[in-house]
Amino acid sequence: MENNKKAGFSIKNMSDTNLLLTITIVIFFVMYIGAMIFLKKGFLKPQTFFNVLNTNAALIITSCGMSLVMITGGIDISVGGVVALVSMSCAVLLDQKGGNIPEAILLALGIGLLFGLVQGYLVAYLDIQPFIVSLAGMFFARGMTTIVNNQPFNVAHEGFVALKDTRINIPGLGSVNKKGVFVPAYIEIGVVVALLVVVVLFVMLRWSKFGRRFYAVGGNKQSALMLGINVKQTKFMSHIICSLLAGLGGFVYFMHVGSGSPSHAMGMEMNAIASSIIGGTMLTGGVGNIIGTLFGVMSLSTIQNIVSSAGLDQAWWTGITIASMLCLFLVIQSVVMTLKKKSV
Amino acid sequence: MNKRKSFSFSSIFRNQLIIPLAALVLLVLFNLIMDPSFFKITLGQNSLGNPVLSGALITILDNGSELAILAIGMTLVTAASGGQDISVGANVAIAGSVMLRILCGRGDSAEMQAPVIVAFIAACIVSMLFGAFNGVLVAYFKIQPMVATLILYTAGRSIAAWINNNELPIVNDPSFGYFGGFIPGIPMPTPFFIAVICVIVITLVLKFTTLGLYTQSVGINESSSKLNGLNPQVIKLLTFVILGLCVAVVGLIKVSRISTINYSVIAKDIEMDAILAVALGGNALSGGKFNMYASILGAYIIQFLTTTLYKYKVSADALPAYKAIVVILLVVFSAPTVREWMSKTFNNLKNNNTKKEVA
Repeated sequence: MENNKKAGFSIKNMSDTNLLLTITIVIFFVMYIGAMIFLKKGFLKPQTFFNVLNTNAALIITSCGMSLVMITGGIDISVGGVVALVSMSCAVLLDQKGGNIPEAILLALGIGLLFGLVQGYLVAYLDIQPFIVSLAGMFFARGMTTIVNNQPFNVAHEGFVALKDTRINIPGLGSVNKKGVFVPAYIEIGVVVALLVVVVLFVMLRWSKFGRRFYAVGGNKQSALMLGINVKQTKFMSHIICSLLAGLGGFVYFMHVGSGSPSHAMGMEMNAIASSIIGGTMLTGGVGNIIGTLFGVMSLSTIQNIVSSAGLDQAWWTGITIASMLCLFLVIQSVVMTLKKKSV
Repeated sequence: MNKRKSFSFSSIFRNQLIIPLAALVLLVLFNLIMDPSFFKITLGQNSLGNPVLSGALITILDNGSELAILAIGMTLVTAASGGQDISVGANVAIAGSVMLRILCGRGDSAEMQAPVIVAFIAACIVSMLFGAFNGVLVAYFKIQPMVATLILYTAGRSIAAWINNNELPIVNDPSFGYFGGFIPGIPMPTPFFIAVICVIVITLVLKFTTLGLYTQSVGINESSSKLNGLNPQVIKLLTFVILGLCVAVVGLIKVSRISTINYSVIAKDIEMDAILAVALGGNALSGGKFNMYASILGAYIIQFLTTTLYKYKVSADALPAYKAIVVILLVVFSAPTVREWMSKTFNNLKNNNTKKEVA
């Protein structure tokens, strides 16, 4: 990848990762600017943009973990269940068991770690299909959520509510409301966490020896083995990091919604997979970029916003548009890759 | 596991049917010990005065049928493309919705607007088209099956709701309920007969056509089957279309059971159970060789497990947690590394014993 940077700008010379990333970012900006021009309404307000981040902080975190697993050629569909289990467990801990916030964070990470250890061991060392293992993980997490508590409820813990309502104002950005008062744009704490995760993972995957191993394993297991990379350990680590991030994402999700419910984060695993794919990560492994995943989440959420503000707010349109967008991206990826192979 | 038998242990542990059969034996034993009345079958009468059989076993045969039918298609898709179709649940919703749209029409009249067979054929065509859509993405665009079907998984239920304009049409004609309930005079539930017909059809197809051979060879090595004159893309597409047909049959049963539809609940998570059935049957999820009957057996075992759990008052929401534990145990036992290890250990044990006897 480093070699390609010097060799002029042409599609042929770009690495797979960079090419797919560029496509994603371009499409995102085209979409957002298009929405600003044609739909105006909310899209001109900076807060609309920041709300995309606020509502999707948890999805960004879990999608990053998902991308990591997908880069190594695996998949983890248990993340939605883990998010639901974490938010329910934390809610019960804070509301009924008299726990405090540090304990809740530890609990969230602990649940994530536990899922990661078991799933990672089964996938990496016993060679069981990641889909089946994480499917069982999803079933288990969803079932456990209802066993912990089967009714949705809000958390009234003081410190937590204060944390939940903390808003970080963005200096210089905002909009004037109807009364003529300037309302600054804000983000929630979860967004800071999410962006930190993105930066750390990006740096790790790009420049650290540890991070490059994930690409090597996903790209070609055999040659990774020949290079002296511990393939099993790398797969194991990818699942641990993914589940840990799902645990963290669960806490961020909990911070955003402030309640525990068995129906939380339904279908989040599919959104995470979709975001990763839109962001240019390939399920075959070896190709992917965390920045792309960030843009994948934002594209997904923006298209939902566009659909609802274009007046198509009947529930089914969201599903259909997301699906057609996913379809579009997959076909673009497939066609671009085939063309590139032919031209080389 | 069977420890007493003294012939080659490695052959036992390598046999594909050992996992589903062991699971079945365990479940049967568990129920026999806990409560033998589980196996009681009674002949009673339903509200219409028709003779019906009831009992846990009948429930298993009844409710497991949908899963068994889906397992047929899923096994073929898995074998040919080395991936799974996760959109079957959504596709069932679409098939059911099409059926109701044709049966009820736009009007409010209580009578059926078209014969059931017409609605069924229309649903078959629509489901096969959606199956073909998945198939084209997988075969021609070379997208992994799970990702390609993720598209329909996301959109399917929305499309189903859109077909009927989000209304919930109700079929009042009692004869429509025969497919998911009982035909007057026959005490066995109809879905079981439908499943039997499907199994017979697929047996004949596998016996008299080259479908089975071709799907396996494409799954084992795509490029070498291409060199041998097969067209892997057409075969992959074909398996997805066959799965579409299975989906339409399941849609008929599902809609007939309640005479209406609930778009977000109908056949929910059935794709996961269908994939499990294939895995439980000991078929490699990465494609290649398959055993159709093992998958079908797997489907009924999953229903056996579900029914058993329901009997012990496990709530429907908590059910997945128990299922997950069983699944993990099963896949761990069927993992190649674990099996190798087990057969090695048992062989060593056996050798040690014989040595002692000799000495």
